[in-house]
Amino acid sequence: MALGIEPRTEASAFWRFASPVLAVLATMLAGALLFAFLGRDPVVALRAFFVSPLSSVYGLGELGLKATPLVLIAVGLAFGFRAGVWNIGAEGQLTLGAICGGGVALALSGTHAPLALPLVISAGILGGMLWAAIPAFLRARLEVNEILVSLMLSYVALLLLQALVYGPWKDPEGFNFPQSRMFDPAVILEPLWPGTRLHGGAVFALLLVAAAWILDAVGMAAFRLRTLGLAPRAAAYAGFDRRRIVWGTMLASGGLAGLAGVLEVVGPIGQLVPQISPGYGFTAIIVAFLGRLHPLGILLAALLVALSYIGSENAQIEAGLPQAAAGVFQGMLLLFLLAADFFVRYRVRRIDTPRRAREIRPWTP
Amino acid sequence: MAEPRAISGNAAGAPPAAAAPVRLELRGVTKRFGAVLANDAVDLEVRAGEIHALLGENGAGKSTLVRIVYGVLQPDAGEIRFEGQPIVVDSPHTARRLGIGMVFQHFTLFEALSVVENVALGLEGRWTRQELAARIREMGQRYGLPLEPERAVHTLSAGERQRVEIVRALLQDPKLLMLDEPTSVLTPQEIERLFSTLRRLAAEGRSILYISHRLAEVTELCDRATILRGGRVVASCDPRRTGARELARLMVGRELPNPRRSGTPARHAPLLEVDSLSLEPTEAFGTPLRDISFTVGRGEIFGIGGVAGNGQKELFEALAGERTVGDAAICLGERPIGGLGPAARRRLGLCTLPEERLGHAAVGSFSLCENALLTGWQRRALQRCGIIRWRRTRAFARAIIDRFAVRCSGPDAASSSLSGGNLQKFVVGRELLQDPLVLVVAQPTWGVDAAAAAAIHAALLQLADRGTAIVVISQDLDELLAITDRLALLHRGRLSAPLATREADIERIGLLMGGLHDLAEPA
Repeated sequence: MALGIEPRTEASAFWRFASPVLAVLATMLAGALLFAFLGRDPVVALRAFFVSPLSSVYGLGELGLKATPLVLIAVGLAFGFRAGVWNIGAEGQLTLGAICGGGVALALSGTHAPLALPLVISAGILGGMLWAAIPAFLRARLEVNEILVSLMLSYVALLLLQALVYGPWKDPEGFNFPQSRMFDPAVILEPLWPGTRLHGGAVFALLLVAAAWILDAVGMAAFRLRTLGLAPRAAAYAGFDRRRIVWGTMLASGGLAGLAGVLEVVGPIGQLVPQISPGYGFTAIIVAFLGRLHPLGILLAALLVALSYIGSENAQIEAGLPQAAAGVFQGMLLLFLLAADFFVRYRVRRIDTPRRAREIRPWTP
Repeated sequence: MAEPRAISGNAAGAPPAAAAPVRLELRGVTKRFGAVLANDAVDLEVRAGEIHALLGENGAGKSTLVRIVYGVLQPDAGEIRFEGQPIVVDSPHTARRLGIGMVFQHFTLFEALSVVENVALGLEGRWTRQELAARIREMGQRYGLPLEPERAVHTLSAGERQRVEIVRALLQDPKLLMLDEPTSVLTPQEIERLFSTLRRLAAEGRSILYISHRLAEVTELCDRATILRGGRVVASCDPRRTGARELARLMVGRELPNPRRSGTPARHAPLLEVDSLSLEPTEAFGTPLRDISFTVGRGEIFGIGGVAGNGQKELFEALAGERTVGDAAICLGERPIGGLGPAARRRLGLCTLPEERLGHAAVGSFSLCENALLTGWQRRALQRCGIIRWRRTRAFARAIIDRFAVRCSGPDAASSSLSGGNLQKFVVGRELLQDPLVLVVAQPTWGVDAAAAAAIHAALLQLADRGTAIVVISQDLDELLAITDRLALLHRGRLSAPLATREADIERIGLLMGGLHDLAEPA
């Protein structure tokens, strides 16, 4: 007997929505087993993962704080992904956003310039766009693969940031730590609520989700993107200019990644440090696909992924889980989500000897 | 013919007696794809030494049936017997071992490899290159399939490529050879040649299952015909006695109106003028266009015929604006448009429709609504300031569906859920309802059933009567003869001088298709 995989003729609407829930439940079950094997109380560990981060204002604020850059970047990337433009260098664009925004912030310190904060944020967005313009130009003009260029430029951006904070931008009074001076209060985004670190970027992220949703539904631009992604020849036939779409999606996703980067430095960090993000630019790729490239899906996926990050830190502290176990748990969550998603669209069938071609039973989880 | 008649006794050339043993027998073969019953309890008998036609429109289930026999698909029910024994064909490999050979409609050759390398790839058993080359030459001589074993496949014509496929199948010494629409890419002369090969094979006692929807060929070549309609066998008969008209009625289920040009329109000033258009190919084995010139006047239908792969794709891309050329090479009325892209050309009144329905003319996973928007967004004002006007778009899609009798569940139906003919009616309708000044269509009825083809032809004729200049690029000669006023033939990227369709005869066209311009000139 052999097993084969075939696409389902129609994905069940119920399971499309139920599958993520099922995946979370399966993760909890498998996680409980894992934690029990490690000699920890599974209930305590799971509570540390899923419940305690959500049971305080501070915890909710942290959730929003971590989800914000993920949403900003993933919504931007989703534009390109739908058009088949694979910008996977958001981490670098984020870093350059932080560098440019941070550079302007440092230059403005002590000047009490009006509109300092908008200026800093604009510089961050432009920085991200500038970094994305390099792969965009190479793709549109010379057909150089944007996946490789954007990915490799991420490492260049990281090294550039480190060169700056170890060198010219190092705080002279910072005891030789590799970090810049603290920014002026004038360019710092204040928390929305006292006792949290959540800033106005989260509100912007929600507005962005709404705007992207509307654009998806009625925007001619979004229609062009989808056409190009699904059938490049049909897009050429309809007269949708591929180069313009490459430029547009790269600049949009680069700008939003740059925004996420500058919001990190003017928000919770308040200065330039050698590492701005714990990998938001890469995680956002996963978030974009978990959310099926839909703005609302991206919002939910970003919250779930953010929760798993906070939860894993929390579980290390509260339940004394080793870091590796928390990592495994996170990995299981992703695996179950992707597997459930796969089985919504495909089914496994037994490949019988064809002597008696049998009715194929639909697979239900 | 010193060949040992290994397989059965059957006088050469004579139709097989009813007493000839049954070689392939299908009983109640059924195959379902989702909601579609592609084969519904099909019975079929092919005797030794017989050329048996499997006749039916596109979508009647012919290809599914032969793919079941060749082991590509598995039946849901039914029995297959070969030489009296019940068999299970679980793969093409098994089919070849049993003695069943297949020549597919779309060639399965590697263009960059030579003939002998291509043959070796599909062959079981150990051969040296020299042995194989010698066998290919020998086969070629015996069956009238001359081939140069060391030539690279990309230098071969369509007819020669088909010979490679046939030789490859014959090297397995099949008792049953199945050919799926083998003449769709051949010139009339090449078709004659293929027929004599097939007759020789049948005279040796081999059975031929010949899949086609071309009636004239079936009545000329075949001893028996089984006619499929909607997945069911509707008749089994002797095609010579039944006659083409009756076969057509059986195949289609009713009589078809015959489109005819009401009369050649008076020549007007040209609406579309192509002047010395040359274009290098973008692909490794593409065809360069060389110095193509023609004009099409108001209300005229201009046909461009020729065998596939002679520059049709490149010519369409140049006319549609998917590839831009020198400004003056293409003029719309007085206006040079060669340097403009598709959207700008459409705005000026040049609408186009490519050959591939899914992936080029339409996006399969889009709804009909979205596919209406794909090209209708400019001339039908389906968007304003970047905002899609969905209500107008739905109304436009609905208008196409109603006006062209597209069978579907509504404007929200997924385009890939429509049959080929219905989707083709939809995309043709989409271009027609944009009131084009000039319409360029490639293969407007390729792979659609006869009823849909008739509807599309009627719509094109009506559009021309209203003054649109139409260019039809097609490999279907019957189609060009039926609806065009003038036609020219494309061969290796060059276009012949245009002929008035009424005066064109099939032999001259065949010679032009083969590139023999000198022979084709009337003495």
